[in-house]
Amino acid sequence: MSPRPGFVLEVDRSTPPTMFWHGEGFRFERLPEGARVVYPPEPHDGLADPDATIRHALEHPLGDSAPLSALLHPGMRLTIAFDDVSLPLPPMRRPDIRQRVIEAVLDAAAAGGVDDVVLIAALALHRRMTDDELRHALGDRVFDAFAPHGLLTQHDAEDPAALVHLGMTAEGEDVEINRRAAESDLLIYVNINLSAMDGGHKSVATGLASYRSLRHHHNVRTLQHSRSLMDRHNSEMHSSNWRMGRLIKDAGVKIFQIETTLNLDMFPSQFAFLQKREWEWSLADRAGFHASRLALERTPPRLARQIFQSIRSPYAVTSVQAGEVEAVHDVTLENLFQQQLVSVEGQSDILTMGLPYLSPYNVNSIMNPILVACLGLGYFFNLYRGRPLVREGGVCIMSHPTPWAFHPVHHPSYIDFFEQVLAETTDLLEIEKRYEQAFATDPWYVHLYRTSNAYHGVHPLYMWYWCAHALEHLGEVIIVGGDRAAVRRMGFKPASTLADALEMAEDVVGRNPTITHLHAPPLLVADVS
Amino acid sequence: MKALLVERLPLRFAAARLASVVAGSGSGIAIGPLRIAEIDPPALPGPLWHHVTPLLSGICGSDLATLDGTSSRYFEDIVTFPFVPGHEIVGVISDGPDSGRRVVVEPVLSCVVRGIEPPCPSCAAGRTGACERIAFGELRPGLQTGYCADTGGGWSEELVAHEAQVHFVPDAMSDEAAVMVEPAACAIHAALAGQVVPGERVVVLGSGTVGLCTLAALRRLTLPSTLLAVAKYRVQRRLAEDLGADGVVAPSEVGRAVRRMTGTLALGSTAGAIDRLAGGADAVFDCVGSARSITEALEVVRPGGRVVLVGMPGTVRVDLAPLWQREVALVGAYAYGTEEVPEGPRRTFALAAELVVQAQLERLVSAYYPLQRYEEAIRHAANAGRRGSVKVVFDLRRENPSWRRAAASATASGRVPRGEKKMETSA
Repeated sequence: MSPRPGFVLEVDRSTPPTMFWHGEGFRFERLPEGARVVYPPEPHDGLADPDATIRHALEHPLGDSAPLSALLHPGMRLTIAFDDVSLPLPPMRRPDIRQRVIEAVLDAAAAGGVDDVVLIAALALHRRMTDDELRHALGDRVFDAFAPHGLLTQHDAEDPAALVHLGMTAEGEDVEINRRAAESDLLIYVNINLSAMDGGHKSVATGLASYRSLRHHHNVRTLQHSRSLMDRHNSEMHSSNWRMGRLIKDAGVKIFQIETTLNLDMFPSQFAFLQKREWEWSLADRAGFHASRLALERTPPRLARQIFQSIRSPYAVTSVQAGEVEAVHDVTLENLFQQQLVSVEGQSDILTMGLPYLSPYNVNSIMNPILVACLGLGYFFNLYRGRPLVREGGVCIMSHPTPWAFHPVHHPSYIDFFEQVLAETTDLLEIEKRYEQAFATDPWYVHLYRTSNAYHGVHPLYMWYWCAHALEHLGEVIIVGGDRAAVRRMGFKPASTLADALEMAEDVVGRNPTITHLHAPPLLVADVS
Repeated sequence: MKALLVERLPLRFAAARLASVVAGSGSGIAIGPLRIAEIDPPALPGPLWHHVTPLLSGICGSDLATLDGTSSRYFEDIVTFPFVPGHEIVGVISDGPDSGRRVVVEPVLSCVVRGIEPPCPSCAAGRTGACERIAFGELRPGLQTGYCADTGGGWSEELVAHEAQVHFVPDAMSDEAAVMVEPAACAIHAALAGQVVPGERVVVLGSGTVGLCTLAALRRLTLPSTLLAVAKYRVQRRLAEDLGADGVVAPSEVGRAVRRMTGTLALGSTAGAIDRLAGGADAVFDCVGSARSITEALEVVRPGGRVVLVGMPGTVRVDLAPLWQREVALVGAYAYGTEEVPEGPRRTFALAAELVVQAQLERLVSAYYPLQRYEEAIRHAANAGRRGSVKVVFDLRRENPSWRRAAASATASGRVPRGEKKMETSA
């Protein structure tokens, strides 16, 4: 039986309560009659033989690229860059798709007599990965072959000697990327395209760039005009990356792009109910859900976090594309949208969403309030093509505990940003003007980014900017069940229950509002007419 | 007359100390050395002395430390028991030709007050707060009014003050403003002791009365590029912002805030914790005086910087290695006297009167108690921030209605000189 597509349910009297993600827990909410629930499609079948598909893709590239074997020769400098710990979410069971692809590439390189090979984790301004995380992503064989010799590296956006300025786009954007990658005879970038936002020219132009370069598209104006981040042709952030990518190509950097897509099989069997629609839950699903919910309510937050962070997804690989960047990415998007797109008619007054425990920036870490805002307003709000699921001036209601808690190693500048900057202002443009430079150049944050496992100093500001489109579009943001002080610190309104939040929302959108609930994850992209 | 009296009762001091350690400051007031009593008014020690009837008398942090039994034994030789506490005093002169005139008492019992001629070198230089004769002369030992058995103190219906101690209060100045002159003078002296150079980055630890007054003084008498206040309670945060802080942070955020303000590195680990800084603020004003606050000041001051002790410290255990290794200057700032300001030397009390008016420091007076309810008053003062207050005072105006009427009558008849010039010249 082929997997069913996404589905929009209209809530009626017989509809069971709807499961809301709520951080490391769940809520069971009864939505008003007439509300819509947008469900993701069922997981597509994975490739029967991913390794064979990878080898085929490498030798049958898209666009004007030659087969990989023809690009490899003795004496050349080969650099393989790969997506970092922020992808996929949750981390996938071994073997990670990066491991499969890189092993295939290394086999080809060995066959081609290539000796000078360096791996680079494309961190951009993300935190350095730990050895365990690298080993998980690359597999023991790759890790043990490269790491002991210093050939498994992590991009350092703050090392002037390791960066090269390739020029400026016609829009005046600096293009500065990793020197080793730029000066190699061939740069292979290995992507995991979990969402439509990932991949394309963004891989190199963002993943291997410096702050000097990133600031041109990670800013308030660009993100306000990225409508949406999942729709690259209407995303100013992507347009900027595309301009940079083309400049990188024109500068002579030869890139062989490899992109991979995964199905939506995100959760292991013990959380099977997370993949299903509530009215189709079996007795075992219902028992599993309620047992999990009740147990998690009594579990200390730290332990609950450990439980969820240990989840490894049974993702299956659905496609592998290789070759020229743009040709590859076009096919990737087709494949990705086949799995994730859900048609939705029209917008609603209120958008509700349950936010899970994980965002791209708290893998093995704490989901701090900034990341809650970013996940809801930066990512989930942007899970659309055409028009947002909620009308302009509408209300977004998010469910998450939003603890006033931060990981001191991973997010040191987040603490300062939250406790000091947001205490003074939440205004995006004011923050950008008054604080960005200081956070971006602060020597302590730079030191921690380079030597520890800390996100770059400017990263919390970027996460706040990530909310720019939503904040401009929405009339109100309400967080259900969140730490009230933390919610207020961000300029949002706290509510104890969904019913309270809906009543509060009526003050903004009027009586009898239309409501849409985004039932994710698993991920979907709403194609809103 | 009615007065609150502190007697030398070691067991009661010990009980108060135990209670304050176990249950917090002010907890031992009922079992401590303070009691209300009917006593004779103090006799005039000499011809240049006046009887003063207090109107308002503040409760200071140093008073609380005394009543908690936590103040240093250092003071034992420079106080005399039994004494009536209270050194933040606005009152009315009740005898002689100036009878009925409102005055602020400058409590330091310096050489002039003690009838010592010639004055000690400190007093001769105008630094009366540093008087070297506070245990000698015509009075028994006592560093201030409020700690000397011969003078009485503000927590009573009457005390005595030397004419060098009284500063006439302008009509326009409220009692609340006047009672803030003494703490404001301490703050001015401290702010200037820090020798803040224009453009420096300054931190004020603590936002009780002394901290807020120090903040106000720094904002008006110095030119720091950034003035960061550390406040624990909401009311303190709001006042600190109003009084000119560029930023206000919670005590737990100090290291992080100073690190960000100065752009320096943190020492110790790369785990993101901010315990000690490589650089730091140019000057830190410790308006708390605890081991924790002094340690914190040393953690966030830059090498070669200054830590000014404004709040009264006691016996504290502090690691001075950073002070030594980083060549930090630890500066004491006690009381007042004469200050060097751009227009020349001026009495600290005169500057303080101006500061009180400019910064509207009377708004810090936030709770009033009669003497009879002293236990409540002390508990309130010890928990002022938590209870949304700053300065707690004893209000003796109701207890002395005759003097209130006399003062009003004197004012109506024009006998009370106007203008703050008197504040300048009376001492």
